[in-house]
Amino acid sequence: MTLLSVLGVLSSAIFSGTSLLYTTLGEIIGQRSGIVNLGLEGVMLVSASAGFAVTAITDNPYLGVLVSIIAGGLMNMILGFLVISRRANQLASGLALMFFGFGLSAWIGRSYVGAKIKGLPRFPLPGSSNLPVLYSSLFNFDLLIYLVIPMAILIWWLLFRTRWGLGLRAVGENADTAFASGRNPLLIRYQALFAGGLLTGLGAAHLSIAYTMNWMEYMTAGRGFIAVALVIFSKWNPLRAIVGALLFSGAVAFQLLLQSSGIQVSPFLLDTIPYVLTILVLIVWGGTRRHTAPASLGRVYQGTE
Amino acid sequence: MRQILNALKRSDWVGQKYVNAVLRYVFMMLFAFLLFGIILLISGKDPIQSYKDIFSSTLGSAYGLSEVIVTMTPLLVTALAVALPSRIILINIGVEGQLYMGACFATWGALAFGHLPAWILLPMMILLGMAGGSLWAFIPGYLRAMGIVNETITTLLLNSVAPMIVSFFVFGFWHSPMDTNKTAIFSPSARLPTLFNTRIDLSLVFALVLLTLFWLVMKYTRWGLEMRAIGGNPQAARRNGIPVKLYLISIMCIGGAIAGLAGMAQVSGFYGVLLANFSRGIGFMGFLISWLAGGSPLGILLTSFVISIIIRGGNLLQLTIDLPYAVINVLLAFTLFVVLARPNFLTQRKEA
Repeated sequence: MTLLSVLGVLSSAIFSGTSLLYTTLGEIIGQRSGIVNLGLEGVMLVSASAGFAVTAITDNPYLGVLVSIIAGGLMNMILGFLVISRRANQLASGLALMFFGFGLSAWIGRSYVGAKIKGLPRFPLPGSSNLPVLYSSLFNFDLLIYLVIPMAILIWWLLFRTRWGLGLRAVGENADTAFASGRNPLLIRYQALFAGGLLTGLGAAHLSIAYTMNWMEYMTAGRGFIAVALVIFSKWNPLRAIVGALLFSGAVAFQLLLQSSGIQVSPFLLDTIPYVLTILVLIVWGGTRRHTAPASLGRVYQGTE
Repeated sequence: MRQILNALKRSDWVGQKYVNAVLRYVFMMLFAFLLFGIILLISGKDPIQSYKDIFSSTLGSAYGLSEVIVTMTPLLVTALAVALPSRIILINIGVEGQLYMGACFATWGALAFGHLPAWILLPMMILLGMAGGSLWAFIPGYLRAMGIVNETITTLLLNSVAPMIVSFFVFGFWHSPMDTNKTAIFSPSARLPTLFNTRIDLSLVFALVLLTLFWLVMKYTRWGLEMRAIGGNPQAARRNGIPVKLYLISIMCIGGAIAGLAGMAQVSGFYGVLLANFSRGIGFMGFLISWLAGGSPLGILLTSFVISIIIRGGNLLQLTIDLPYAVINVLLAFTLFVVLARPNFLTQRKEA
């Protein structure tokens, strides 16, 4: 086990963790306002395919990222219409959105399977240029990676230090009370879902345009569900989500490390770690910290007479 | 005389209600087909011809119909696995995982005891499958009954764990010498018998029997009554001496067992081999079906049938219209969206 392989693992953990963290941040905003989006997988797929297609056509990765972000926001608006305006069940609507994403992304990406694109440009980590080339090449990151931690802090600040965030959390706790104090729960939930969709789109853009730089059907491979687990794991807190995303993608990286050092552990068992860990954490919190989840999460706001 | 008149009036009213409901769903379907028609048009295909093909290939021949029923069978079972717990307000979104565990356990039976005759092996695989599914449902059921963790979250998380356990075995101990991503093909005695020379297998009978049983139990037995009481008001039910915790755990386990049976039927009947990631959302689709059908057995049957027509019709998109198979999910989702959104001009005001 050389230093090089350890650093290589770290670098790949950062790459795979970035899209996870953006997506998780998006889901945190939605859930803080009281809406569970189980269709994350579908939202990510549509964003990833749309962004990839635009990048392939225009040869401009930044334009691709922009389209990804907008696609994410629009996908979440479908969910918003169903669960906010039409008061449909959130879980069922989310799953329907997931199936929609499977289909739509296959349709969008059908002519781009195997296409080659110019990915997001990468810049060396400041200070890493002194290292030998072999090492410094591991620390060439794209813009989205540099922005992800500031973004998490920004979302934390928005949620916990601004009026808008206070209103959003109030709606997530009790929409009726929030309404009584002069807020519009429907509008706030739409805003939260749209903002969350933008972030999910950013995560998906990083996946297809910066990290893998290709498109194939169902390329997210469960990342949407990992993000939902991560939201719970991080107790609906953007700052904890940073640690969680590192831990979750670290588990994947750890398995690469084990393989490179010749230890035989099934990658599939290691892949279960994030989920098992989340369940264990939930059990430990069980009786004591029951009130961390937004209280009206998943409930339909029927309107106040 | 008056009673008869009243009864007539009532039956007429009930009939009217059903006609309205059916009409409403037909309109919703038409709307969804219209939306998907736009997608087909953009892809440069003729929507009317495509829809004609979809319906003629599924409903137009005995073979097509039998394939629809093959697709429908697991959906019936998974929907039931959601519908039963939903009667006592348990949200079992973990059917996908329970299905995988059922398939995993049943496969162990098929591989380890493949030499046994079918009349011992099949019942054993069924029991193993149900055990696997109910084990996977016991965890959330227990945690919920003890008030530790909400079952929605745990079933959702366990969903993602189960396919990995299956992959662990398939890629690890069980893979056949030829392929890496599947087990050896099951011996003939481990296969569910097929009916009428089609791919329909015995699990269709299981599904129909279970649906009927579900209806009978809910309507005519003490268990059904107590479950309805819990579903109505858990606090009141507990104070009336109904063992709510016991119900929460056991109904969740029974739901899991039903899902496990669906998994067993998939590997033993449909595939005859355990593939990694074989389900591709059957469990989630079951959740949607149960929810759309409001948990009623007849509704589950009808909804599954319609959804199966769409899924089967999707094969055509790939074969004759050269669109990726997954695109049919768009039509499916449009249908679901339209039903979930319940357009105003179609619904009557309904008092809850």
